Amino acid sequence: MLLIHCPYCEEDRSELEFRWAGEAHIARPENIAAISDEEFAEFFFLRNNEKGLTYERWRHIHGCGRFFNAARDTVSDRFLMTYKAGLPKQPIPVASKAAAIAEEKTVETWEATEGDAR
Amino acid sequence: MADFAMPQRVLPMTGFHGGSSVVRLEPAAPAGRISLRAKAEDVSALSGSLGVDLPTRPKTSASANGRTALWLGPDEWLVIDESESGLMTAAANSGVLHSATDVSHRNTAILISGPGAEAAINTGCPQDLSLSVFPVGACSRTLFGKVEVVLMRTGEEAFRMEVWRSFSDYAFGLLSEGAKDAAL
Repeated sequence: MLLIHCPYCEEDRSELEFRWAGEAHIARPENIAAISDEEFAEFFFLRNNEKGLTYERWRHIHGCGRFFNAARDTVSDRFLMTYKAGLPKQPIPVASKAAAIAEEKTVETWEATEGDAR
Repeated sequence: MADFAMPQRVLPMTGFHGGSSVVRLEPAAPAGRISLRAKAEDVSALSGSLGVDLPTRPKTSASANGRTALWLGPDEWLVIDESESGLMTAAANSGVLHSATDVSHRNTAILISGPGAEAAINTGCPQDLSLSVFPVGACSRTLFGKVEVVLMRTGEEAFRMEVWRSFSDYAFGLLSEGAKDAAL
C-alpha cells in the first residue's frame, strides 16, 4: 500500500484515503468567452499525460478533504513531493530525484519486457 | 376517543452487543453534533461562544464543559455535545461568519474499549493507531472498511467511532468480526 504525505495533515496516510484529481497547474483563462474553440479545447480537454515526472492534483477526500499538489513518477508510482494547493510549481529536491532515477532503471516496464525491445 | 400510540425514539444499534474477551463494543448515548466550518480569523470568537477551544493543529481535539471539538480539516471541525443541546445557538451567538450544520441525527457513535481495541479497529482502518502516533485525544477522519468514519482516542485503550447512522449496522458488524480476530 502506498503512503502519501498530506501537506495539511502533515503526515503520511494510506492511499485509500486519497483520490486523484487530474493534472495540476492548469490556469483557467481570464475571459473564457473570448477564447477560440481550439484554445478552449487546449485548456479543457487536452492533457500532457507524461511518462515519468508529472505534477498532479490529489484530494485527501477521506481525511481533511483538501486538494493539494503532488509530483509523481508515473513509471515507478513514487510520490516525489507534495505541497499545498495554490503554491507555484515546486522544483523537485535533488536527492529524491536522483533516487527516483535510480529506481526507474530497476523498474520492469512493458516496453522493456513485452514491447519492441524484447 | 381513539388512543394514539406514543411515538417512541428508536436509536440506531438499539440492542446491539458485541465484542470478545479483549474488546468491548457498545453504542454511544445520543449526543448533539455540529459540522462547523470557519476561517482562521473567526476561530477565537467561535471558541468563546462554544465554550471549547477549537483545535488548530492536525489530528487534535479539545474537550471542555461537556463539549468536544475535533479537528477534521484546516477549516473544519466536528463539535460533539453530550447534553444534546445548545450547539447551534452557541455558534449563532458568536457573531462571526461561519457555517454550522446540525448533524446530531446523521451520526451515531460506537465506543470501543479494551486491550484489543486497536487491533479490532485496524481490521478495517489503515491508520497507525499506536499510542506514540495516535495519542489520547487524537482524532481523524478516515476509512473503516468501506465507510468513512471519524475516529477519536478517548483513552489508552478506548476509542469513539463516529459513523453515519445508516452505516452503523455495517461498522458494528465489522468491528464485531475484528474483535473476535483480536482475541485469537
